[in-house]
Amino acid sequence: MAGSATAGAQALAKGSEPAPSPPRSLEPVHSRVRLRVNGTDHDLEVDTRTSLLDALREHLHLTGTKKGCDHGQCGACTIMVDGQRINSCLTLAVMHEGDAITTIEGLGTPDKLHPMQAAFISHDGYQCGYCTPGQICSAVAVLEEIGQGIPSHVTADISAAPSLSADEIRERMSGNICRCGAYSNIIEAITEVAGRRA
Amino acid sequence: MKFQTPAGHNPIDRMSVVGQPLDRIDGPLKTTGTAPYAYEQHDAAPDAAYGHVVGAGIAKGRIRRLDIKAAERAPGVLAVITADTAGPLEVGPHNTVPLLGGPEIRHYHQAVALVVAESFEAARAAAGRVRIEYEAHAGAYDLEAARTTATAPEANAQMGEPDTQVGDFLGAFADAPVRLDETYTTPDQSHMMMEPHASIARWDDGTLTLWTSTQMVEWCARGIAKTLRMDRSKVHVISPYIGGGFGGKLFLRADALLAALGARATGRPVKVALHRPLIANNSTHRPATIQRVRLGATRDGVITAIGHESWSGDQPGGGPETAVSQTRLLYAGANRLTAMRLAVLDLPEGNSMRAPGEAPGMMALEIAMDEMAEKLRLDPVEFRIRNDTQVDPENPERPFSARPLITCLQTGAAQFGWQRRDARPGRVKDGQWLVGLGMAAAFRNNLPMTSGARVRLDGDGRITVETDMTDIGTGSYTIIAQTAAEMMGVRMDQVEVRLGDSTYPVSAGSGGQFGANNATSGVYAACIGLREEVARRLGFNSQDADFADGQVRSGNRSAPLASAAARGEIVAEDRIEYGDLHKTHQQSTFGSHFVEVAVDGATGEVRVRRMLAVCAAGRILNPKSARSQVIGAMTMGVGAALMEHLKVDTRRGFFVNHDLASYEVPVHADIPHQEVIFLDETDPMSSPMKAKGVGELGICGVAAAVANAIYNATGVRVRDYPITLDTYLDRLPDVA
Repeated sequence: MAGSATAGAQALAKGSEPAPSPPRSLEPVHSRVRLRVNGTDHDLEVDTRTSLLDALREHLHLTGTKKGCDHGQCGACTIMVDGQRINSCLTLAVMHEGDAITTIEGLGTPDKLHPMQAAFISHDGYQCGYCTPGQICSAVAVLEEIGQGIPSHVTADISAAPSLSADEIRERMSGNICRCGAYSNIIEAITEVAGRRA
Repeated sequence: MKFQTPAGHNPIDRMSVVGQPLDRIDGPLKTTGTAPYAYEQHDAAPDAAYGHVVGAGIAKGRIRRLDIKAAERAPGVLAVITADTAGPLEVGPHNTVPLLGGPEIRHYHQAVALVVAESFEAARAAAGRVRIEYEAHAGAYDLEAARTTATAPEANAQMGEPDTQVGDFLGAFADAPVRLDETYTTPDQSHMMMEPHASIARWDDGTLTLWTSTQMVEWCARGIAKTLRMDRSKVHVISPYIGGGFGGKLFLRADALLAALGARATGRPVKVALHRPLIANNSTHRPATIQRVRLGATRDGVITAIGHESWSGDQPGGGPETAVSQTRLLYAGANRLTAMRLAVLDLPEGNSMRAPGEAPGMMALEIAMDEMAEKLRLDPVEFRIRNDTQVDPENPERPFSARPLITCLQTGAAQFGWQRRDARPGRVKDGQWLVGLGMAAAFRNNLPMTSGARVRLDGDGRITVETDMTDIGTGSYTIIAQTAAEMMGVRMDQVEVRLGDSTYPVSAGSGGQFGANNATSGVYAACIGLREEVARRLGFNSQDADFADGQVRSGNRSAPLASAAARGEIVAEDRIEYGDLHKTHQQSTFGSHFVEVAVDGATGEVRVRRMLAVCAAGRILNPKSARSQVIGAMTMGVGAALMEHLKVDTRRGFFVNHDLASYEVPVHADIPHQEVIFLDETDPMSSPMKAKGVGELGICGVAAAVANAIYNATGVRVRDYPITLDTYLDRLPDVA
C-alpha cells in the first residue's frame, strides 16, 4: 500500500499503555535559506521540515504551485529547479540553497502569457484549474527533455532522438493527474507549442 | 420569473455570444496560477494558524481515552479541538454522520481532533502526539454479505419510489422467448478531485466568514449554521474557485467545520485542508452496487419485460445509490420492474458522485443490452433503436420534451465506422493486440432548480453579474458572461462575473448537471428585469426594445445602453422558478458512446484507442467548455471501466487504497484523442435558455462501452467492475 501514512493518531492496543518515547527535543529547528525564485532572491528562515512547496505557498505566497496530495502522487506541485521539473512536495526548502526555481508565476502573467499558457487557454486544456500550473510547468519541461534527446518508456529506439509524438508527450505527462479529464485537450495544446518551436 | 410555458423566441436565440466556442474568461488566471483557491486567501487572513485533522483509527466503536496533553504541550500548538471541547454540535441537513466524532466512532477516519498550531509543520507533528485508545465494535463492511439484510429505503423526492412495477413483469419475463438474467457489480469509488477539501475560517463579532471549496454555497452556509447552532445570517461563505468537486464538495465537510471551531477556540483565522490520505475515508464516496438486470424480448428484438434491481449500502440514516433510475425511462417495454434495496454498512458515508444513479446504473444496464443484442443476433445499435420510446414508458401520457436518442446512435455509428465492426468477438488482430469496438447509450435527466442572480449596469455601460453560483471547472464564469452579454447587447469584455459568495442571490449551485441551464436562466431572468428598467429610463417600450452593440433601439430611436445609467447604477435581481413543464414532459439528455480498445493477447493489458460521444442536451451554451465537460466525463468513465476501485478491508472496515497512488485514476497515457459531437437541439420546455445539462451525460454509459469493446476484442465478458486484467487473464483466447 503506497502512502501508508494514515491519520496522525496512534491507535493503541486494547488495555496497553503507550511505550515511552525516546527523549528528543520537540523544538523545531529553523534554518536560513536563500531561494532564487523566478529570478528574485528570497531569504527565508524556515522550519527545516518545510517542504519546498510550502515555502513557496505559505512563506512566499506564490500559491500558483498547488498542493494536491503532498506525497508526489499527483504532480500539481510541479516546478522547475535549475531547469529540471520536480515535485516540490517531495523536497525540503532547505535543500535548495541558491537554486534557481521557476514556478508558474515565473512563466507568464495574465497580461503576458507564456506560449504554453496561451495554448492551454485556446485548447481549453483545463477545467477546475487546480492541476493546471503543474501541467503547464511539466509541459514546458517535457519539450525541453525531448529537445535534449532524453528517452522515455515509450521511446522505441533510445539511440535515436525521441520524437514529439502524442504518445511520447502522453507518457512524459503521466505524472500530472487531471481529474477533470482535460488530457485530450492538453496534448493538443502541447503539440501546438511543440510544432511552433520545431 | 416563473417559467411555466414553453419558451418562445427570445434574445438568447440570436446566438451572437451564447453558443459561441469562446475561451474561458477565467483562463488567464487559472493558467498563471493567480486564481485564488480556498486555502490561498492570504490577503483575507494574513495571520491564519494551521489546523491538522486527526482521523479515527477504527471503523466502529468508541473512544475510551483521548489524551491530548502531549499534543497541547508540543511547540507552536495553540489549541486541540475534540468533541469534548468543541461545544454542542448538530448534524447538518445534508450530512449523515457527525463531522467531528467522539466518543462514538461511526467510520474510519471520521475526524476526532483538530490540532491548531502556528505552522503547518507544527500542527502536523503535534497531531501525531494525540493518543487515542479505542473500543472497537463489530461492524458490517461487506455489501455482498449484507445483501440479504437490505431493506426498501423510504421514498423521497430525490430518489422516487424504491419499487416500481408496470404490467406483469414476472409473467412477461417468463413468457419471453429470449431472456437475459445477469448480475453486475460496481465498486465504491472516490471523487479524488485535485484540490483537497480546504477552508479558512475567521470570526468577527460572532459572524463567521468561511473561504472554502464548495459546489453549493448556500448548502454550505446552512450546513455550518445548523451544525454550530447559529443564525444563518451570521455566516458568510466565499468560494470563488473550486479545484474540482464531482459531488464530493456538495455540502459541509470536516475541513470547514473544524476550521470554524479552531478559529473560535484560538481567536485567530484557521486554515484546514484535509490531507490526501484522509480524504477517501473521511469524506463521501460513490457507493458500491450489486445490480440484477433481467431482459425479456421477442425473437425480433422487441423488449417485453425489463427489470432492474440494485443493492447498495450506507450508514444508518443514509440513502441508496439510485442505480435503477435510468431503467425507468430509457427503453420501451410493456412490463417493467425496478427495485432498490439498502443495507446498513459501517463504511464511510455514501453520497453523490458525478451522475449518481445513472453512472453505475448504466454500467450494468448497457452491458446487459449488449449481451441481449448478441443473444438476439442483433447489432447492439439496432437493438437499442428498436426499443426507443418517445414517451415515459411508465406513463405513456407523458412525452419526452425532446428525445433524439436514435439520431445520437445513428450519428455515432456512422462517424465511428461502426459498420466495420465484426460482431464475432476475438476476430480482429493488430499484431499482438486484439481489437474490439463497443458502444452504449447515454442518458441523464435534466433537473430544473430555482436559481437567482443580480445584474448591474453602470454609467460606462458595463454589466456586473452577481450570483452565488460556483465554477467547479464547468465554465460557469464564461457561460454566465455570455448570457449577460447576449441579453444586454454588450461585448464579453464589458461583463464582469462575480460568483461563489453567499451575499449574492442564491443559485442552483453546481451538481447533477443542473448548474449551467439553471444558473444562466437565473441570469436571464435578472437581465429581463434590467432591460425593462433600462427601457423605462430611456422612455422606450421594453417589449420591442433591441439591445445590441451597446445600443438600445426601439423603432427609429436609439440610445447608448450606458446612458440609461448616466445618473446612477441600475440594479435588477430576479430568479428563475419552474412551473410543471418538467412534470408534463419528461426532460432528459441523451447520447451515445463509441469506444475502440486493444487488448494485449498475451498480457491482457487494455488500451483505449478511440472514443466518440454524441450528445443531445438542448442548446449548448459554449461548445468549447461543454466539449471539455464531456471529454472529462468520458475520461472518468474510462477510470470506472478499468481501474477505479476503493478496496474495502472487510475485517477492519475501511478503504485501503486511500490516496492518489493506490486509488488509480486515468492519467495522460490512458486517454486517447477524444471526439464529441453535439446534436443541434434546443429544448423550449427546459428553460428560457432552451439548454439542459451535459457534464454528467458524458460519463453515463462510457464504462459499459469500454466493457463491450473488451468483449468484442476478446470474447471475455466481465460483469464486475473495474475490468482489471487479473479478472480475465485466464479466459483470454489462446495466443495463436
